[in-house]
Amino acid sequence: MVPVGYYTTLSAVLFTIGVVGVLVRRNPLVIFMSIELMLNAANLAFVAFGREAGQLDGQVIVFFVMTVAAAEVAVGLAIIVAIFRARQRINVDDLSLMRW
Amino acid sequence: MELITFLVTALIAVASAIGLVVRRNPLHGALFLVVNLFCVAVLYLLLRAEFLAAAQVIIYAGAIMVLFLFAIMILIPGRAETGRDPFRRQRLAALPLGAAFLLLVGVLMWGGPPPGGAPPPPGGAAAVGRLLFTDYLLPFEITAVLLLAALVGALVLARRRA
Repeated sequence: MVPVGYYTTLSAVLFTIGVVGVLVRRNPLVIFMSIELMLNAANLAFVAFGREAGQLDGQVIVFFVMTVAAAEVAVGLAIIVAIFRARQRINVDDLSLMRW
Repeated sequence: MELITFLVTALIAVASAIGLVVRRNPLHGALFLVVNLFCVAVLYLLLRAEFLAAAQVIIYAGAIMVLFLFAIMILIPGRAETGRDPFRRQRLAALPLGAAFLLLVGVLMWGGPPPGGAPPPPGGAAAVGRLLFTDYLLPFEITAVLLLAALVGALVLARRRA
């Protein structure tokens, strides 16, 4: 049985890579995918801790996170596509003003 | 054995996550993310979370990443598949590899289910489902509303303005 610390360490590493991705990339699609990476890292920690505690609640939470992630991706990609239609280019630095 | 599986999977997961961040082409990034999601699914299996492993592959790798790839291809028009095929050599290798895979699957399937497999540990899909429909019934119902809201929101946003 792999110790829970290994899983949480991996989770931390993956989350950090996701944070770096959000900070260094300018393409909103890649930023979005980095956010998915972070969600996954958190999910992994949830499942690992759930096994350590001998309870299934962690897995149920992960199920809800997946649902929220699916909803988030649907709306977020729709927003990105709408912005692209209006401006013909996507670069998050162009969108620092929260107006059309 | 379990530790080796974990280490290999973790290594691939970290490498693919780095690939997602450093590759310039978002299409490559998306494919790296698919690899990463599959690795996490394997880790879920190691943690005895079979239901989540299946949901991970179906929802994340199946639905969400397809949506991502659609968006990437709409926003970043790539080159059409014309001209000389750069994967000519891979195509030659694909046939024997495919045959080998068929052989492998055939051998595995030939034996049928393993005799007297281990009983499912407490914590399989059934237990998660029971928990979902008892203690977590209200959040579960709320996710239905959330998904409906996301569906309507995405439709409204993606609609062309008249």
